[in-house]
Amino acid sequence: MALATPARPAAPAPTGPPRHRNTGSAKRARWDMKYSPYLYIAPFFIVFGIFGLYPMVKTAWMSLHDWDLIGDHTFIGFDNYVELFKDDYFWNALVNTLGIFVVATVPQLILALFLANLLNRTRLRGKTFFRMAIFVPNITSVAAVAIVFGMLFQRDFGVVNWLLGLVGVDAIDWDAQRWSSWIAIAFMVDWRWTGYNALILLAGMQAIPRDLYEAASIDGANHWRQFWRITLPMLTPTFVFVVLLSTFGGLQLFTEPLLFGNGNMRGGTQREFQTLAMYMYEKGINSLNTAGYGAAIAWALFVLIGIIAAINLAVVRRTVK
Amino acid sequence: MSVSGRGSKLVALAASAALVLGVAACGSDDGDSGTSAGGKPDKLVLETFSEFGYDELVKQYEKDTGIKVELRKTAQLNEYRPKIVRSLATGKGVADVVALEEGILNEFKTNPANWADLTPLVKDHSTEYLPWKWELGKAADGRLIGLPTDVGSLAVCYRTDLFKAAGLPVERDAVTALWPDWPAFIETGKKYREKTGKGLLDSVTTAASAITMQIGGDIFYDAEDNIVADKSASVKEAWDTSLKMVDANITAKTATWSPEWSAGFKQGTFAATFCPSWMLGIVQDNSGPENKGKWDVAGVPGKSGNWGGSWLAVPERGKHKAEAAKLAEYLTSATSQVAAFKLKGPLPTNLEALKNPDFQSYTNPYFNNAPTGKIFGGSVEGIKPVHLGPKHQAVKEQAMEPALRAYENGEASATAAWDQFIKDAATQGAF
Repeated sequence: MALATPARPAAPAPTGPPRHRNTGSAKRARWDMKYSPYLYIAPFFIVFGIFGLYPMVKTAWMSLHDWDLIGDHTFIGFDNYVELFKDDYFWNALVNTLGIFVVATVPQLILALFLANLLNRTRLRGKTFFRMAIFVPNITSVAAVAIVFGMLFQRDFGVVNWLLGLVGVDAIDWDAQRWSSWIAIAFMVDWRWTGYNALILLAGMQAIPRDLYEAASIDGANHWRQFWRITLPMLTPTFVFVVLLSTFGGLQLFTEPLLFGNGNMRGGTQREFQTLAMYMYEKGINSLNTAGYGAAIAWALFVLIGIIAAINLAVVRRTVK
Repeated sequence: MSVSGRGSKLVALAASAALVLGVAACGSDDGDSGTSAGGKPDKLVLETFSEFGYDELVKQYEKDTGIKVELRKTAQLNEYRPKIVRSLATGKGVADVVALEEGILNEFKTNPANWADLTPLVKDHSTEYLPWKWELGKAADGRLIGLPTDVGSLAVCYRTDLFKAAGLPVERDAVTALWPDWPAFIETGKKYREKTGKGLLDSVTTAASAITMQIGGDIFYDAEDNIVADKSASVKEAWDTSLKMVDANITAKTATWSPEWSAGFKQGTFAATFCPSWMLGIVQDNSGPENKGKWDVAGVPGKSGNWGGSWLAVPERGKHKAEAAKLAEYLTSATSQVAAFKLKGPLPTNLEALKNPDFQSYTNPYFNNAPTGKIFGGSVEGIKPVHLGPKHQAVKEQAMEPALRAYENGEASATAAWDQFIKDAATQGAF
């Protein structure tokens, strides 16, 4: 679709000052001024229309049906949503999603803040190298990360259990309990995203005027005090942005828990780490005849993310005045 | 965006929409196979998973008929199923002949209109196959959806070196004699645990699958496809025996297909697993060439049973249904089934193929030259018809096995595990 745009070239810009006022070319120029901007932004909206808007509308339509992927579709109104509210497994998946989000995001942001602060030191040698290095995990394939971490957290031959064994801790069956599976998954998420968030925070830190620190130094404030009194308050907008990004990612968590559970959509024998996205897939794709219900889960997830984004926005508005 | 110029925004939106439609219309239907002038297809597409052993047969068919056959393979069934679903749901890329495994066949049978009725397209083969296998290829409305390929049959794969170390017999007939029934199997497991401190069997779920298939009859569904998991005799028996195995501590608690399980074959975490014939290749792959000759194949405790097996079906949307049916007919014939078995091991269902001396005398070099033709072939005749409901696979994998595993890992009590199983069976089994 990106190829479709150049096929209609915008009117050529006039070369040199026009000697005669030609009404035709003036019209063209007006047309150009008025409509070609839409043409320039069209590629995004076309792509969004195909891969964003259309699936959303279709999903909403499906969620109002008893929809069999390869069979009949019956309109049932809001029955899927009513059922969703009574579904233990939906609430379980919601708790898991939010739980893993908190377990993963809190340490991740603290660590990212710490790393960003270190990298922000003016007298650090090899600055560029370190800044590049912390970003590397982020460009690693998520599947590769999940598979490797899955092996690290194996029960019988995993490195983590071996290390724990050295200090006298019994082997942990990582995917058999809620807490242990959440921790293992949080490790995968944090490994990939801490560096990314640290870079964004670092950018925010660099935007803080140097003279504030200089003034503080003259007044006798040490590094620690400067961090608390200058860096953190000035960083709030960036920080909220990072939290927002983590929220979107965290609520749609899918690949890590899926591969951690050997590709089973259930996420543990008792759904200890089944996230909303996994439950949506289980109902919407794996189980052919409940595609409508899966679509309802997708919309519930969408609304949930919307609510959390709104809360975030309210927080930003209050803190940044 | 600014608030002004509402009208032009709409124009732009309409222009974008027109472009979208244009792009969508450009997508062509490239899943079709071409047709030459005479109405005979140039090419047929054959969609399979895992290994059916069709490579040589397909070449022969091309030579005989002049029709090219594109043999597609997908390694794992859980990747294969969504592919078939997608092609049926969208009508794009539909193959001419599709292999359907027992677990997914029943699910697809609930919408028989997706599949061509083969009865008018092929000769009457109804008496040439294991009768129950033939019957399962039919949908509720009577149309013949699939021609039988293979069955799983049941055996036990065991490690001779680990058995020797535990002071157990090593020779396959003596090993079979160790466990005439399931209580005897549990006793053997206890002895093994005493000597080695390890679990004899990989996990309790493989035993549970084997037992449900041995007892046969209704498993999770009755003949009218009502869910009867809570009162079925085979489920009860499998459940109780499985719990006894856990209580006797004879398993290594490695969930099937998990990394622990795959690594366990090499590491000797367990010394035995239940082997339908198609499992032999998986045992071989996981154990690696260095363990060649260490595995052997013995009989199962109790009676024979079936586990897995497939059919060849022709999608209704296919362009060349008559020719596709001919190809399926050719691939499921007696000679083809023996050829496929020799190449990759799927066990014949054609009665003539089962009597073929080439099949009966085959020995498997990886498994200490075990006469797999005789072992599996001999048990095929005793297999009882099993009625698997439309969502058998889902109930087995998403309800029964997780509950058993929760009990095995000590996460749930016996009653809590049972309640979880019955609850999940109801939701997973609904169709």
